[in-house]
Amino acid sequence: MTEPVLAIRNLAVEFRSRDGWLPAVRGIDLDLAPNETLALVGESGSGKSLTALAIMGLVPGPAGRIAAGSSIRFEGEELVGASEKALDAVRGNRIAMIFQEPMTALNPTMTVGAQIAEAIRVHRGLGRDAAWRESERLLDLVKVPSRRRRMHDYPHQFSGGMRQRVMIAIALACRPRVLLADEPTTALDVTIQAQVLGLLEDLKREHGLAVLFITHNLGVVALIADRVAVMYAGEIVESGRVEAIFAAPKHPYTLGLLGSTLRIDRDIEALQPIPGSVPAPGALGRGCAFAPRCPRAVSRCETEPPPLEAVAPGRLVRCWMPA
Amino acid sequence: MLGFLLRRIALAIPTLLAVMTAVFVLARVVPGDPAQVILGDQATAEALAALRQRLGVDRPLPAQYVDFLSGILRGDLGTSMVTGKSVWAEVLAVLPYTIELTLAAILLGILFGVPLGVLAATRHNRLPDALTRVLSLAGLSFPAFVSAVLLLLVFAIELRWFPVISNPRSGDLLERLQHLALPALNLGLIMTAYITRVTRSSVLGVLGEDYIRTARAKGIGRRAVLWRHALRNALIPVATVIGLYLGTMIGNSVLTEIVFNRPGLGKLILGALNQRDYTLLQGLMVIFAGFIVLANVATDLAYGLIDPRVRAR
Ligand SMILES: Nc1ncnc2c1ncn2[C@@H]1O[C@H](COP(=O)(O)OP(=O)(O)OP(=O)(O)O)[C@@H](O)[C@H]1O
Ligand SMILES: [Mg+2]
Repeated sequence: MTEPVLAIRNLAVEFRSRDGWLPAVRGIDLDLAPNETLALVGESGSGKSLTALAIMGLVPGPAGRIAAGSSIRFEGEELVGASEKALDAVRGNRIAMIFQEPMTALNPTMTVGAQIAEAIRVHRGLGRDAAWRESERLLDLVKVPSRRRRMHDYPHQFSGGMRQRVMIAIALACRPRVLLADEPTTALDVTIQAQVLGLLEDLKREHGLAVLFITHNLGVVALIADRVAVMYAGEIVESGRVEAIFAAPKHPYTLGLLGSTLRIDRDIEALQPIPGSVPAPGALGRGCAFAPRCPRAVSRCETEPPPLEAVAPGRLVRCWMPA
Repeated sequence: MLGFLLRRIALAIPTLLAVMTAVFVLARVVPGDPAQVILGDQATAEALAALRQRLGVDRPLPAQYVDFLSGILRGDLGTSMVTGKSVWAEVLAVLPYTIELTLAAILLGILFGVPLGVLAATRHNRLPDALTRVLSLAGLSFPAFVSAVLLLLVFAIELRWFPVISNPRSGDLLERLQHLALPALNLGLIMTAYITRVTRSSVLGVLGEDYIRTARAKGIGRRAVLWRHALRNALIPVATVIGLYLGTMIGNSVLTEIVFNRPGLGKLILGALNQRDYTLLQGLMVIFAGFIVLANVATDLAYGLIDPRVRAR
């Protein structure tokens, strides 16, 4: 593998509660290579969004924080503990993020053009007019029709799909090296979803982006990802190349997610054969976090947490009883 | 924008009509014969009848109602029973002073309240927040006439920085400002307390919005996010509160004008009440109602300027 642009080691995110700081993300390792799409999958509440927010330095404080001992290196530069100023220089410039909910992610009192131009002016130091022209070009790039007029429109005059395109335009405004896409298509209907995914794919090819793609939708994963990391209760339980994992899932949780019949157009939720739900951060037992829901669990699983181990080159599994 | 404004004004018409009707009914159910009140117990029957006819109160109620409304439509609010001058003349003579006072108070409220509210919100649950919360609560629970008396005692009588009697008719700009300062401060403090509280909770709410996170994700610094992204959205409820508060403000300005012995609508009302000047009171009520409706239209207008979504509707 080439040198990763983003190297995450032992990342933990915790939240303050009555019982002290509780971990919601519990020590994950991830590498992201240039031109690569890594899919991060897992049920609701498994810590996917928090992982992306941690990379952006946007874990919601003061109740939340990145735990000591975490490391996020971007092009060799340590982001954990970096100053706000240093982070502001990276955010939206060299690492960009697209959020889950296009309807609320744009400022309702600013024109779309101004919201795109803002990032350009801050990071690329362009003047007002140059930034405006560049924003028009970006709206063109993400295929928003009649862009000249649309620049002066407000977000409420855009549909969900169009807003997500605007978000993509904002994210790409400064030609980032890494794009964090947090369920960018979940809120959109299927045809718009396909269009937005196609657009992201084109842009990725042209710009050589590394993409961390968070999703529920395994069909989407099969379509666009090179590698997959499966998250459960704040940990990575299995990772590897897409073909390998889809062909032979090792972890019972991955197996459960994929279900017996994998259909491209289905959602994890629709397939989900796993009874129960992800345990809350404070409700973890001593052993494997998945053990209470696991059909293969043995007594060791209840008492001893399994380590994340290589079972094949580039293939990691956290399980005492892998398939 | 013009269409939006016209729609808002059209919507205000039924409200105004309802208020006029209420004023008319109220003035008629007040016990006592206005002619008797004006002329006193010694008046002869002929004199009373003549006055009733002049006042128009001898005619059937529906006819009086039509007269009343058509008078308002023509901009005629009648004449004062006591001075014989038209209600408009009485009002216009003092209106500028009340407007001056109200605007100064709102300005002070915005000038102090918005920054204080923002400060409290950005230092959420820390000392500045706690302090502003306590102070604004104190400001709100303090009766306007008590604070007026205190201000007078300290700044006019002890320190002699400002005049005891606020005479807005006096001299040059500086002197007029000096006369305006204490009454405006009195009302402005209440306004500040109000605006601080609303700004605080509004900014807190907005800072938790998704688009604020988007702005941070673009690499915009905390400060710029606050001023460029959060404040404009947070001002929407603040504008509403200022509009709604105008009604209360009139009540407080009555008290303030009385304590500072300052001419204005407040003192005009007090005089009309003391002298049982029913026609003046009726006219004043219509004018106040008109003001409050106007304040509401202005509030909606402010919305439209701040929030593009409102303009579209
Ligand atoms: N602001 C917060 N305060 C306290 N706990 C939080 C907060 N945000 C997240 N958490 C905890 O972290 C866990 C993971 O949240 P996260 O948003 O990363 O989930 P996710 O995998 O993105 O889920 P989804 O698919 O629903 O978006 C949540 O279950 C919750 O317990
Ligand atoms: Mg999420």
